[in-house]
Order: sequence, then C-alpha cells, then structure tokens
Amino acid sequence: MIVLKDVLALLEGELLTPATSPEAMFRKVFASDLMSDVLTAAEPGALLLTGLANGHVVSACSVADIAGIVFVQGKRPAPEVIGEALAKNLPLMATKMTMFEACARIAGRIEDGGHGRR
Amino acid sequence: MAGAESSFHREFPVKGGDFAKAGNAACEIKELLKDLGLDPPTVRRAAIVAYEAEMNVIMYAWDARMELTVAPDEVRLTVDDRGPGIPDVELALTEGYSTATAEMRELGFGAGMGLPNIKKNADVFSIESEVGRGTRLDIIIRKNGHRTS
Repeated sequence: MIVLKDVLALLEGELLTPATSPEAMFRKVFASDLMSDVLTAAEPGALLLTGLANGHVVSACSVADIAGIVFVQGKRPAPEVIGEALAKNLPLMATKMTMFEACARIAGRIEDGGHGRR
Repeated sequence: MAGAESSFHREFPVKGGDFAKAGNAACEIKELLKDLGLDPPTVRRAAIVAYEAEMNVIMYAWDARMELTVAPDEVRLTVDDRGPGIPDVELALTEGYSTATAEMRELGFGAGMGLPNIKKNADVFSIESEVGRGTRLDIIIRKNGHRTS
C-alpha cells in the first residue's frame, strides 16, 4: 500500500490531475509499457508505472481498474488524454526518473514501510 | 434491468483500424454493467474481455458487431467480425504468439496475449474462424463464477 502524496515525493513527481486527493491509496504497484500486460497481470487498485503516454493507456487502465498512473522518464500525455483521465477519476502523475529508478524508489519505500509488497 | 428474469441486450459496432475510438465500446460496456449493479470482479472480467476483443477487431479485422447480453446469472459477449480470419486458431491462442505490426506494438498492444486473456477471463469460451471471411467469439462470464482456465 502506498499513498499518492508519497509517490509524488519519492519520484519528485508532478500531479497532472490536480483534483485528485493526495491521500489516494494504491494497493499494489505494477510497471509495464505493454497494455497487454496491464490487462493480463495487473491487480485491481494498482498504481501503474509506464513509459507509454497515449490515450490507450487511460482506457486500458480504466478497464482493468487501475487506480493511478505514473508516466516515467519525462513522458507526458496530451491534454485530451489528461481530460479523459479526469473524466474517469483516474489520477495521473509524471516523473523525469527512469522506469528503473522510479520502481526502485517505490519498492524501497514499501519495504521500509513494513507493509510488504504482496 | 426491469426484473430478475429479464435480460439486457445491446449491440456495439466496431470498425477495423479505428484506433482513435479503441476501447470506447469496452468502456461503455463497463459503465453499463456497473449501472446494472453487477459485482465488481464480474464487471472487470467482462470489461477486459470486451476490451481485448475490441482491440483485436481494430487491429486485425474490417468491422464487427459486438453483442452484450446480461442475463440473471451471466454476461454473454459475442463478437462477429468480417476480416481475414485466423488460419491457425490453436496457434493464435498460444500466449505470446502475435502477428501484430510495429505500429500496434508501439501503442502497447500486440504482445500475443489478447485471445489467451479473453479465454482466461471467460467461464465459457468458443471461437470459430474462417480464412477470408472472419472470426466469431462467444464468451460467457458467470456472475460470481469461477474461471475455468
């Protein structure tokens, strides 16, 4: 379990959907650039880290009950994609960190927090 | 639904190659199922099946009619497409097998998980395909059911 405001702090991230509560919680974390993986293996309520920033990410995540998305390595979705996410109440974040560094920081936090990864 | 024994039915046209509208039908189906009061795991399974099937039509077929039927105990989704068909259905059901183009992969699809994921989320799954004519999927998801594979 990790809270949105902690994700932003760890990843020096930017919240792209300002209406989102900083206290939003994510039950799991999943990382992939393949929406096929998201639809196959991600768990409901998870936070997705991805380097893919097209509109299909938002629709696939909505279908799979993903609870939030972090775009890594400076990727930013187009304004209409952000609008679509807002309409679906899906929090979007962006970080300049690489996928590896972002995953490592979040994994370290989850371990330190004693919540367990699974 | 009007009553416990009634069924809800709706059709969704899907156009091959229309990447701009990809996922629209599946998202609409998900909202409909939520509005009908189905349990969240069933809604999620049905939405994933609809999304994977819709993407397959957009990536590979010319057009299709998706039909959603919600009965008291199950959700049924049939997808009847006009398209090139699948020469080797067994191979297409193998995880990781894909004939996707580079463009499809750049969008995050074409990992060869579509049909296997549909089967995984279905309680009943059948596929018929004829080369040069098209493919028909028939999927049943039982409410609160268990996956069979």
